[in-house]
Amino acid sequence: MTKDFDPAAAGLRESATFDRSTIAAIQNAARTGIYDIRGGGAKRPLPHFDDLLFLGASMSRYPLEGYRERCDTDVVLGGRHARHPLHLSTPVTIAGMSFGALSGRAKEALGRGASEVGTSTTTGDGGMTDEERGHSKQLVYQYLPSRYGMNPDHLRAADAIEVVLGQGAKPGGGGMLLGQKITERVAGMRTLPAGIDQRSACRHPDWTGPDDLAIKIGELREITDWQTPIYVKIGASRPYYDVKLAVKAGADVVVVDGMQGGTAATQDVFIEHVGIPTLAAIPEAVRALQELGVHRQVQLIVSGGIRNGADLAKCMALGADAVAIGTAALIALGDNDPALDAKYREIGSAAGYYDDWQNGRDPAGITTQDEELQQNLDPVLAGRRLANFLRVMTMEAQIIARACGKAHLNHLEPEDLVALTIESAAMTRLPLVGTRWIPGQGTGI
Amino acid sequence: MGTLITDLPTDRPNADPELVAATGTCAARFDLATATVRALNAALHAEPEGSSAAYEVSHPRGAHSIAVGINRPVSVRIDGHVGYYCAGMNQQASVEIHGNAGVGVAENMMSGRVHVHGDASQAAGATAHGGLLVVDGNAAARCGISMKGVDIVVGGNVGHMSGFMAQAGRLVVCGDAGDALGDSVYETRIYVKGTVASLGADCIRKPMRAEHLAELAELLAAAGRDDDPADFTRYGSARTLYSFHVDNAASY
Repeated sequence: MTKDFDPAAAGLRESATFDRSTIAAIQNAARTGIYDIRGGGAKRPLPHFDDLLFLGASMSRYPLEGYRERCDTDVVLGGRHARHPLHLSTPVTIAGMSFGALSGRAKEALGRGASEVGTSTTTGDGGMTDEERGHSKQLVYQYLPSRYGMNPDHLRAADAIEVVLGQGAKPGGGGMLLGQKITERVAGMRTLPAGIDQRSACRHPDWTGPDDLAIKIGELREITDWQTPIYVKIGASRPYYDVKLAVKAGADVVVVDGMQGGTAATQDVFIEHVGIPTLAAIPEAVRALQELGVHRQVQLIVSGGIRNGADLAKCMALGADAVAIGTAALIALGDNDPALDAKYREIGSAAGYYDDWQNGRDPAGITTQDEELQQNLDPVLAGRRLANFLRVMTMEAQIIARACGKAHLNHLEPEDLVALTIESAAMTRLPLVGTRWIPGQGTGI
Repeated sequence: MGTLITDLPTDRPNADPELVAATGTCAARFDLATATVRALNAALHAEPEGSSAAYEVSHPRGAHSIAVGINRPVSVRIDGHVGYYCAGMNQQASVEIHGNAGVGVAENMMSGRVHVHGDASQAAGATAHGGLLVVDGNAAARCGISMKGVDIVVGGNVGHMSGFMAQAGRLVVCGDAGDALGDSVYETRIYVKGTVASLGADCIRKPMRAEHLAELAELLAAAGRDDDPADFTRYGSARTLYSFHVDNAASY
């Protein structure tokens, strides 16, 4: 086969069922006897925010002046029971990502960037590091099944506590950190031997089910003297029921993470085949809150594949109070930078494709514990890039909100949206664009 | 009655006037038939650094989250049965429960001592990083689950899946152990005097060397027990599942 041979031009046809990535996956499984583990979220095409459009102001709606009239963006999270809710300047927060999965420098950069724009960062499996507490003005402390590095001093030092039941990339799965990234420091924080493959528990060790969760939340409130907001994070699978149960258990804030949400390391089959898309999860979560009469009283944070201000504005319009970003934040720091393309190719990947966050060889210095590779990330510069990105996201959402005549991002509402596809219309209960038809709700005629 | 402290000022906010009058100490009494768990925990959290005040708690009536999040070397005596998470995340304090304990007693304890004079429900000492948990009676399922450095001594039996994913510390069982003991255990050392219904994945019987007899003797003495260390068997990780290999898939 010559270098310039074009199979399609020669009349060869690739199978839609057995496409090249499927063939490669079968060959890889046959060769190695092990499934593929990777980072990131679902890659398959899914109904997403691109399937929605905003209806800008027209004769019946007044827009706000783009550069003259205010459109506020702040949000208060966790005031239902806690004495000290978080007050963020922008509704874009940084999702939970562990030290261990990420380098200390990356955690520092996340803290710097988020703090610069007045939003929060979140710890992950493995506990709280000085890098992130020191550089994060508002830090959410994750309370995970593994309880690696779980320390009541950190619990009390946190600005909010996030009880993690699951994540969108793998609802029903525990954390995973492969031996390449279990350095002495990471192992020490997790009380594990260095270099082993760490597979976290998927269930909490000392409670099971919503009634126990209520008691557990009660304990966390007692330990923190009812000062600290408590979030409950769920991986989107049955959001309607899970959100209701989280509220009943006493959550101040519910975090719903869809299947496009990233992970540091999980089996590809889990990422691609378990959980539901973020777009489908939001309306169900909002419906649960509304039926309980606590929508806006218990805040909803949505995550999973949020990439820009349009996605943010659409989440807000569907009923979220804030969003969390993970993958987009890492890209802002420098992940998949085209300038590193040659380095990615050396390890069998390419800029724009790199997802081997599990193997610790990240040339960007983000998803690694390698001392030398970490030096490739300047936490000050990367933090600045993240701050820029967070500002752009916020401004983009403001542009849309003003066009819809809204003086605050949280004034956006479902009425501002239409759906481009029948399936997104069915999921969001928004009318199909150009019609009054909402699938499942009559003909609209 | 817990240890009475005589060198603390008697005008502290939590002082019990009757106790002060009778003893000249500032120990505090909380009757949970009338006082709330919130008031008790708030008082414990308000103790000044280094305080070794003595608390007496009566009528706990199975309430949850009693004496959680303490970070002072105080002593707390509880007369009666407690609910979930009693002495949860304890640091420094000595907590005596004269009754049975619900789920997750001393969960995530960092230091100090928790002594259950009755039985303990499941997940006793879960994820605890340090300190000593003593259960005079039996402990139910998942005793010492994901323990990370705590020492646990159980006078009676433990239920199934005890020591599951136990990472560090020592688990001593003076009675029998239920099914799947030490499943996926990491570096915790488990000592059992009686029978073991079955061992979990990657958990094996190991020889008792002199250092093990010595540390077991210390643990038993610390728990106030006179069992003979020579009667125990040691169990721990075979370490074959530390790194995943497809040939071990049948073990999971």
